[in-house]
Amino acid sequence: MERKNPIVQIKHVSKSYRRGSQIVPVLNDITVDINEGEFLALMGPSGSGKSTLLNLIAGIDRVDSGSILVDGVEITGLVETELANWRANHVGFVFQFYNLIPVLTAFENVELPLLLTRLTRKERKKHVEIALAAVNLSHRLAHYPAQLSGGEQQRVAIARAVVTDPTILVADEPTGDLDRKSAEEIMDLMDGLNRELGKTIIMVTHDPRAAQKAYVIRHLDKGVLNDVHHQNSV
Amino acid sequence: MYIIKILFRNALRHKLRTTLTVVGVIIAVLAFGLLRTVITTWYMSVEASAANRLWTRNSVSLILPLPIAYKDKIRQIEGVRSVSHITWFGGIYIDEKNFFAQFAVEPQTYMEAFPEYYIPPEQKAAMLRDRKGAVAGRKLAQRYGWKLGNVITLKGTIYPGTWEFTLRGIYEGTRKDADETVFFFHWDYLNETLKKTAKGMEDQVGSFIVITKNLEDVTGVVQRIDNSFKNSLAETLTETEKAFVLGFISMTDAIITAIEFVSFVVIAIILAVVANTMAMTARERIGEYAILKTLGFGWFKIAGLIFGESLVISVMGCALGIGLTFPIADVFGAAMGQYFPAFNVTLETIYMDIATSIIVGLLAAIIPCWHAIKTPVAGGLRRIG
Ligand SMILES: Nc1ncnc2c1ncn2[C@@H]1O[C@H](COP(=O)(O)OP(=O)(O)OP(=O)(O)O)[C@@H](O)[C@H]1O
Ligand SMILES: [Mg+2]
Repeated sequence: MERKNPIVQIKHVSKSYRRGSQIVPVLNDITVDINEGEFLALMGPSGSGKSTLLNLIAGIDRVDSGSILVDGVEITGLVETELANWRANHVGFVFQFYNLIPVLTAFENVELPLLLTRLTRKERKKHVEIALAAVNLSHRLAHYPAQLSGGEQQRVAIARAVVTDPTILVADEPTGDLDRKSAEEIMDLMDGLNRELGKTIIMVTHDPRAAQKAYVIRHLDKGVLNDVHHQNSV
Repeated sequence: MYIIKILFRNALRHKLRTTLTVVGVIIAVLAFGLLRTVITTWYMSVEASAANRLWTRNSVSLILPLPIAYKDKIRQIEGVRSVSHITWFGGIYIDEKNFFAQFAVEPQTYMEAFPEYYIPPEQKAAMLRDRKGAVAGRKLAQRYGWKLGNVITLKGTIYPGTWEFTLRGIYEGTRKDADETVFFFHWDYLNETLKKTAKGMEDQVGSFIVITKNLEDVTGVVQRIDNSFKNSLAETLTETEKAFVLGFISMTDAIITAIEFVSFVVIAIILAVVANTMAMTARERIGEYAILKTLGFGWFKIAGLIFGESLVISVMGCALGIGLTFPIADVFGAAMGQYFPAFNVTLETIYMDIATSIIVGLLAAIIPCWHAIKTPVAGGLRRIG
């Protein structure tokens, strides 16, 4: 079954960075659709602009030209505060280095994005418990990040990313800092989120093993997006 | 609520750094508090002065005397209720470093002129009976362990000889700011001795203290007194007590200004210390702030975290500093009692402590906050790892 409803539409997006007086082009006229429920793995050599593209889709960086629509909203047209609100409601993030807040417990870290919603304390608690149960960490609620292994921290980060039930889940090398066994657990989790809950996932990875779980792989090279490899079609 | 939790935990993250910064704030608050108290104590004597009390002195200089004969003339001037007089004695008690103010006065009228000093009636009566009697302030008596009946010997500097007094009374200030370190005795005793030992020095007093009948006519009385001694051998200058005390203080004005300046330098230094800590802190947390921004937290919440942490440090230091100011001011006041009769930390000083610590906390956070907000999210995230 292939869903053909594009949830992310990237149209002629270019992006370059300024390094001193030099302008470094990173993305060059990228146009691509990402369908609802898709699990996309974005691969490519280091410095090819994978993170940059992911950040643009997630609304934490700005395009130079072109536009990006997510679920019908043109995020490239939003001002900073609108964009922050939009991120809070529509995007879940998973990073290579987990990026948990060290002074907050696992529970509090997952609760953090819910503080920006209208949920009551009780409702928040319920959501957090469900999210942490989904990543098999119900027994680690009161632990601080420093008391958790890398794999466990990344699972907390995934729970934090999905607790608001976002439209898209973006992950930048989520297994990049993990040993093989933990990496597999994380990939199984992502796979489950995609297959069972139908989450749209966009993941940057270097790890071919991780990419195997995705069913679309795209290669980014020198600012240009190459053809699609379909695999694992359900 | 949540933000408060985060910023408290953040503040405690670098325990040594936070502790040192807080200690810095405590020391600054202490220094500031003590310096301000020195200043307020100085000016308090102005506040304490009574509005209907006039001081008449030699118009040439405060240290030149006036003839005692002026007393009766002043009393007859319209609007005057009573006249007393006071003469600086300036003797040495055992050793020169034991400084305290000593005055030769007319005890009956003097005690009437200063109702803010309370002497138990039986002591007052004993004082009036004994020509060689003396009265000391409570603090002064405490300092030297004097008891009623003790003989106190002063070595004269202005007035030659050795002078013996018997302590007949100990007065207490009825107000917190009252000076309890003064020593006074019978001018008659001084004068009669001078008649025998130092011809030419007798029948003179330092200043007259004039109480007016009412408050409205104070300026009129001032003019009438000074006019009646125009073109006499010793012209007078009469001032209200406030003006008199201010005139005295103006002599030490430069020192007070210096102290005032130093008290603000202390604040500037502590601002630099707290600002430095906050700059280091915020730089370390750029990544965390980027995460919060990624999750959708707005700039004002990030600002809240940084300002909050800065305030936690400065206000914590301020609270502890204020707590310590009182006992240390007591110790300081006891040690410096001879110079500062009533060394009390005023509420105003405490308010200034609180206000400045809040201002320091806010100022210290401005630049770090501006940096944190300005750093683009993606750029901030790149700093992690
Ligand atoms: N904020 C920035 N300022 C300047 N240059 C940047 C910035 N972000 C990215 N770049 C540059 O843009 C290019 C692409 O960076 P990007 O992080 O997107 O690559 P990547 O494909 O994710 O690489 P990696 O696999 O190493 O993570 C690199 O040359 C990088 O140096
Ligand atoms: Mg990258």
